[in-house]
Amino acid sequence: MGVKIGALTEVFPGENRVAMTPDSAMQLAKLGHTACIQAGAGAKAGFTDAAYAAAGVEVLPDAASVIAAADVIVKVRGPDAQELASLQDGQTLISFFWPAQNPELLEAAAKKNLTIVAMDMVPRISRAQKMDALSSMANLAGYRAVIEAANNFGRFFTGQVTAAGKIPPAKVLVVGAGVAGLAAIGASVSLGAVTHAFDVRPEVAEQIESMGANFVFLEFEPTQDGAATGGYAAPSSPEFREKQLAKFRELAPEMDIVITTALIPGRPAPKLWTEDMVRAMKPGSVIVDLAAERGGNCDLTVPDQKIVTDNGVTIIGYTDFPSRMATQASTLYANNIRHMLTDLTPKKDGVILHNMEDDVIRGATVAHMGAVTYPPPPPKVQAIAAAKPKEKPKELTPEERRAQEVAAFKAQTRNQVGLLTIGGGLMLLAGLYAPASFMSHFIVFVLAVFVGFQVIWNVSHSLHTPLMAVTNAISSIIILGALMQIGSGSFLVILLAALSVFMAGINIFGGFMVTRRMLAMFQKS
Amino acid sequence: MAYGFTTAAYVVAAVLFILSLGGLSGQESAKRAVWYGIVGMALAVLATLYGPGAGLWWLSVALIAGGGVLGWIVAQRVQMTEMPQLVAAMHSLVGLAAVFIGFNTHIEMIRLAGMDEAARAALTGFAATVAHKTGAEITILRIETFLGVFIGAVTFTGSVIAFGKLAGKVDGKAKKLPGGHLLNAGAALLSLVLLVVYLQSGSTLALIVMTLAALFIGYHLIMGIGGADMPVVVSMLNSYSGWAAAAIGFSLSNDLLIVVGALVGSSGAILSYIMCKAMNRSFISVILGGFGNTTGPAMEVTGEQIAIDAEGVAAALNDADSIIIIPGYGMAVAQAQQSVSELTRKLRARGKNVRFAIHPVAGRLPGHMNVLLAEAKVPYDIVLEMDEINEDFPHTDVAIVIGSNDIVNPAAQEDPNSPIAGMPVLECWKAKLVIVSKRGQGTGYSGIENPLFYKENTRMFYGDAKKSIDSLLPLIE
Repeated sequence: MGVKIGALTEVFPGENRVAMTPDSAMQLAKLGHTACIQAGAGAKAGFTDAAYAAAGVEVLPDAASVIAAADVIVKVRGPDAQELASLQDGQTLISFFWPAQNPELLEAAAKKNLTIVAMDMVPRISRAQKMDALSSMANLAGYRAVIEAANNFGRFFTGQVTAAGKIPPAKVLVVGAGVAGLAAIGASVSLGAVTHAFDVRPEVAEQIESMGANFVFLEFEPTQDGAATGGYAAPSSPEFREKQLAKFRELAPEMDIVITTALIPGRPAPKLWTEDMVRAMKPGSVIVDLAAERGGNCDLTVPDQKIVTDNGVTIIGYTDFPSRMATQASTLYANNIRHMLTDLTPKKDGVILHNMEDDVIRGATVAHMGAVTYPPPPPKVQAIAAAKPKEKPKELTPEERRAQEVAAFKAQTRNQVGLLTIGGGLMLLAGLYAPASFMSHFIVFVLAVFVGFQVIWNVSHSLHTPLMAVTNAISSIIILGALMQIGSGSFLVILLAALSVFMAGINIFGGFMVTRRMLAMFQKS
Repeated sequence: MAYGFTTAAYVVAAVLFILSLGGLSGQESAKRAVWYGIVGMALAVLATLYGPGAGLWWLSVALIAGGGVLGWIVAQRVQMTEMPQLVAAMHSLVGLAAVFIGFNTHIEMIRLAGMDEAARAALTGFAATVAHKTGAEITILRIETFLGVFIGAVTFTGSVIAFGKLAGKVDGKAKKLPGGHLLNAGAALLSLVLLVVYLQSGSTLALIVMTLAALFIGYHLIMGIGGADMPVVVSMLNSYSGWAAAAIGFSLSNDLLIVVGALVGSSGAILSYIMCKAMNRSFISVILGGFGNTTGPAMEVTGEQIAIDAEGVAAALNDADSIIIIPGYGMAVAQAQQSVSELTRKLRARGKNVRFAIHPVAGRLPGHMNVLLAEAKVPYDIVLEMDEINEDFPHTDVAIVIGSNDIVNPAAQEDPNSPIAGMPVLECWKAKLVIVSKRGQGTGYSGIENPLFYKENTRMFYGDAKKSIDSLLPLIE
């Protein structure tokens, strides 16, 4: 008999997501678990009770009956005090929890002997990516931010030249290239906007450029490595901040759309888009502040609202972007939950084994066996290998480069002249002693070596094996020697020569045959 | 008249041979180039049969025909994966022929020494050429014969061992007898002493002892070279067989032999050089065998190898736009080239950009992978060299490593203490996802731990390469 997993309807106003989908329930069944769900829980995300029932999920009329029936409760939003109190003692809850912001709730949970698996505490290591709900929600938020911006922006994203006139492309600035930022860059670039992106971590420049955006480069000596804190950005120094704001001020008048995604774990969102920057923007511009829930990156952001400033700039401060795409968000979140349960059920036999030695499970569990287990010890696996500082190749001035070239040329000349002198000397020495007949052959030999050198350099790499086979076939030219000797008077000579002819014969035919077979196979697409 | 005709034929043949090698610069011209070589060879053999010095031509023709049939059959039957062995085996034939011909020259010299003036004048053919040599010329002839036999003997045993190693009949590990290189040096020194003795006396014993010493050098030299360096060894032996032919050409005063021998010799030498450069190793250190001494402990490899199953690989491939496949010797061993080709065809049919990245020393022969892929009908314009494709990895969705290891080892760039430090490698770890198809968790030929397998974006796809790829095929949609 497996464990029963129960999903509750979200009570938070405006929350449309659900923590279990019919698909994820079927996957849970494969782990040996059974599932139940509160009636209507999936309605706002587009999953009907009938669909759940068809997937084998028991649909129960209210939250109380789900809590009574299930051993493990799954949710999206963290529980409020009332919800927490309604849970049975010793139950397991898997949901977002934000333990750092909710210490009282955490205490209460520990007192009730609840086991809380906080989806927001899943460590950022590669093995845990499949249950990283923050990333999957951030991905949605980034995409949705661009869509919201487009909805409120009165122009095309892509530049067009039409019969009715020329339309410039929209210019988008994405601040913060985390998962949400990168998703926003991707969506914006594919809509055709000219996209710029900024991040305090210089090592993400490559990722930004790989998504097709321009990295806004800041001239600054990095004092600390932004990647050292588990893949999240760290607070930056005041000087750096000043530089950054100066750069933004410079960009503000040009940008049509600004999407800010800068968050520092456990702190209010940094103020990056100040009031004067908003004033500097063109009327009709749009700012989407994905950090609104934590106070916003923009000074003027009002959480959960869309406002229009006096100079006609729209500032969107919604905090429920994932919920606005509830079907997609629920599918992803339910999969994250399902993966978490897979890790909690290592033998796939319907028995949950809460292994606190496991980095991922340990990291995500914030309350267990009546004790608060937050914060977790640092994970054993580093999230991102610290990037080694790269040494930039020194830029050479034209004079230096020229000097180098001249030096290289001189060295080469010296080399060649030296070799020629030595070679010539040896040659003359040989000529002094060797008979004329030998020297005439020697000329031929040296020239042939030379020709060989010149010819082979041009052979393409892929043809090296055929080259080897051809030279092998050609080297059986030694047959000529045997042919010249086979007419000798001595029996022994004839025998050896005959053997040589035979072997060389094998080689000639075998070598050319094989080469032809090989070459015949090379073909163009 | 006959002399003039033969020489003219030789000139034409020599030009044809040069064109034949030069024509290998492109896939299309190469097909024509082989015909140049064939015609050149036919011309050379016919002219020699017709020309002065040859006798018993019916026997010669019969033997060539016999050898030809045998060679033809072997060449038709051989699998493309067995190509390295075949080439090595054929080198040994050339080496042995050189030894025999050298001995023949020696026997003729002895026979002539015992003749009186009248008998000498009556001689024809090769014997006559030898007979008319002056004292100094005889000395030169002895040096040439001696050299021809020496190089031929080294080539012979060396090629036999190389064949054994490539065919898996001899253990591929580098092995040396106690004494190591001193034994080789001793044998070489002995040969030098014997050369002096031979020049003074023309003694048969000296020649035979030297032959034995040379046979030993060939055996011991190649035994001491590890399997990973086999591409260099094969092309080096190729070069030796050329030099042997050239030495024999000198002793027989045959210009065509000299020309062709020198062509083959220098081409083999350059090929070895190109390959050594690709491995960032000096030619000397390859010949002396084994890797150079490391200067410190190798970098610690941290992390874990993450396995992936066929469904996961197929999903990644279905999602990817650009894919680079990096084949290695493991693909050849598993005979997986047909499956890889089929996979490529399916992926390309779905509009994905599939390319192959070939490291210069992938496989056991230079260009080995190219030949295998060509056999499996992978179009050659998507098969790229390391230098052409290395910069594209950061823009690649999936890199698939099939049975290669050292050529994708990031330690070569990251760990200055690694035995392969500085060797240019394919930077596949820069791709978004790397899938490594591998039999087990073992190390590569060089026995070096590969940090690539522990990288965050690497997934290990364990199993026989052919079976693994075959299991993917139905899942690609």
